[in-house]
Amino acid sequence: MSESIQVEEISTKATPKKKGTSTLSRVTRYTAVRLVTLFFTVVVGVFLTIMIANMGGYVDEIRRGEIREMVALQANANPAIRGLDIEARNAWMNGQIRLAEEREHLNDPFVMRTANFLTRALTLNLGRSLRMSSDSGSRTVRLIILERLPATLVLFGTANLLLFFIDLFAALYLSRRYGSFLDKVIIALTPLNSAPGWFYGLFLILIFAAIFKVLPFGGMVDAPPPEASLDYALSLLKHMVLPILAWGVSSVFLTIYNWRTFFLIYSSEDYVEMAKAKGLTSRDIESRYVLRPTLPTIITTFALMLIGTWTGAPIFERVFNWPGIGRILFQAVGLYDIPVIVGSTVIFAYLLAITVFLLDFIYVLVDPRVKIGQEGGSRA
Amino acid sequence: MKTLQRSIQELLRYPSAVAGLVIILVLIGISIYAMVAIPYDEAIRLWRGGEEEWYQNPRNVPPEWINYFTKNDLPRSFVLSSQDGSAEKVVAAGAQGSTMTITYTFDFPYDDFPQELILYFSAMYAEKQPYVTIVWLTPDGREISVAKFSIGRSHTYRFSQDASLRRKLGGKWSVQTALFANPDEETPVPMKGTYTLKVIGITFEADSDLDAKLVMHGKVAGLAGTDHRRRDLMVPLLWGTPIALAFGLLAALGTTVTTMVIAAFGVWYGGWVDEIIQRITEVNMVLPFLPILMMIGAFYSRSIWLILGVTILLSIFGGTIKNYRAIFLQVKESPYIEAAQAYGAGNWRIVFRYLTPRIIPMLIPQLVVLVPGFVFLEASLAVLGLGDPVLPTWGKVINDALSNGALYQGLYYWMLEPAVLLMLTGLAFALVGYSLDRIFNPRLRGQ
Repeated sequence: MSESIQVEEISTKATPKKKGTSTLSRVTRYTAVRLVTLFFTVVVGVFLTIMIANMGGYVDEIRRGEIREMVALQANANPAIRGLDIEARNAWMNGQIRLAEEREHLNDPFVMRTANFLTRALTLNLGRSLRMSSDSGSRTVRLIILERLPATLVLFGTANLLLFFIDLFAALYLSRRYGSFLDKVIIALTPLNSAPGWFYGLFLILIFAAIFKVLPFGGMVDAPPPEASLDYALSLLKHMVLPILAWGVSSVFLTIYNWRTFFLIYSSEDYVEMAKAKGLTSRDIESRYVLRPTLPTIITTFALMLIGTWTGAPIFERVFNWPGIGRILFQAVGLYDIPVIVGSTVIFAYLLAITVFLLDFIYVLVDPRVKIGQEGGSRA
Repeated sequence: MKTLQRSIQELLRYPSAVAGLVIILVLIGISIYAMVAIPYDEAIRLWRGGEEEWYQNPRNVPPEWINYFTKNDLPRSFVLSSQDGSAEKVVAAGAQGSTMTITYTFDFPYDDFPQELILYFSAMYAEKQPYVTIVWLTPDGREISVAKFSIGRSHTYRFSQDASLRRKLGGKWSVQTALFANPDEETPVPMKGTYTLKVIGITFEADSDLDAKLVMHGKVAGLAGTDHRRRDLMVPLLWGTPIALAFGLLAALGTTVTTMVIAAFGVWYGGWVDEIIQRITEVNMVLPFLPILMMIGAFYSRSIWLILGVTILLSIFGGTIKNYRAIFLQVKESPYIEAAQAYGAGNWRIVFRYLTPRIIPMLIPQLVVLVPGFVFLEASLAVLGLGDPVLPTWGKVINDALSNGALYQGLYYWMLEPAVLLMLTGLAFALVGYSLDRIFNPRLRGQ
């Protein structure tokens, strides 16, 4: 929220201009450099995540204890083993424990273990979950997480795209009639931004689901899911109304206010006056002379909004019972399912990185300074 | 000092800021009251207490003041005891032992039935158990024999669990309904008036004694209602205030000040220091904040202080560090910095005495605006089930409400009370923060 008060820009590093290179090669170069930088950023990010997840081998110790318990249970359940004398039984148990520990590489040196863990986390190859299973019955962490990814993407993708265009058009509209009653209402409502979306979700669920009973309490589709794809889509839309509304109430007013102020600043530039004098339509002026120079800033705000979405997904999905990766993380925390917790945290890191990269890429397209390869493209 | 005075005067010119300040003052007042009225240890004991602590409260009932807004008056909860004189106890001594009559008389002017009636007996005897007879007298003069049994040293009699009493009362309705209902009506309608419950106890030893406590669980209780574990919600609502304020303020202060100092050092030393800070900021951008906090809560500790520390650590290299850096880069080139260098000021002196004070005007509004975010962060973690294990907080009340389907069951008060408090806190700081922003940074004043 503070970020959106002082809208600032994602750092972009333009490659220095080389005479005679085409725009395409410059853009490709820029993109490639960003991609490599971001890859290393993600590696460091995931590395930190793993260090937290397994600080000093703490989690490995827990896992070791669980293996021991599991083997002891197996020994008790197996009549052939139970019948053996104590020494033979212990020997069998130790063998099983060693096998299990070796299977999970728990006895490797710490550095090796961490490196191993890092590569497995980066490729989401986190093996089998301890307790959770996917809807299709698989215990593979990757499947559990990837199965829920579409749900998260559908909800937050739709919400952000919808809100982006609402914000943009509302801001343009208000910049044309600033000082109007509507403008004042929007300004008065900006403090609503101080509470997060999920919080408004509670109130919206209370009003629309509990009192008026017009919209569902949560979930993604009706139970049982409708057969026909049209019914399915309608049911999905119905379930998406409240989450999107909640997200909107918290973000829309401040964003509109900020963007409209930007548009106002840019509409008082000389070249806009010039365009007016030339007799261009207000539509042309808006799209060519106001929107164009503000677009990089607008996209930066949008980026921060998206990043906020991914970060807020677990709590949002918990409140609305949305079966996405955020809820997987919530459930995994409840069940203490370590591989799933690490896996979903890594997935969030990936989502953030992809968002940053996509926005950098769009930035290249809209910021002329990067395209023409001027040094001005690299800013603090 | 004078600038501070001037700023405050200017702040008071904004009605929204005044409203925000009033709310903040009220919240501080509540915090002080909470800490004085319920000491820390007591609050934690109450919050973690189970049935033995809260047996006098009904489960999941709204606050008492709800009666002012509804057509039907819901029965209040009360306790009458023969030990503290709220119930009349008459002892008639006999040759061997005595007969004691404990009479509970109470008004019942409500339009609904109570949740439960319970008698807690405690008896003193050497060998022979006392024998009690319970009689229920309704306002229209009916006398119902409830039960007869002998009791041990402590005995609990729950009216609703007595199947034979239910059959005796017609078996149509539950016991607590049938005891208060008018039997002539088809549907149960509570009969208003004065009810009397008589416990006649016969003891068989000379120095044997008997006491009994009548607990009625109504359908409203206290100023804030109760939750699924019969706890009075007043405890977490009161104690949530100082915790929320402390967490929000400390996190905001820690984050902004550290960010400012780090940005100043980065700019002043430049080179690789600056480069490292920039890279950390980029890595921080792809670190999923909430998932990492959840991970820490799950793996290590849910203590609010650890979470506070990690929150500050992860927020230092947020977006604001770039804002500060941009400003410091400008300030660094100012002539007065050059002058300071010329007279031989050291690096630390320049950073702390000449660079950082320049962004204090930006920092103060920033700090205030950041507070709600952190207050809600604490609530978010609690709603995700990762709240502090011992402290009663608003977020944990919301979490309990959500987990126990408060909204499905129509127990709206349970979620609304902490939510409204959170909302007020957030709004208050936002209002003050935005006004401060306008005063300290007139450039940003809306057009």
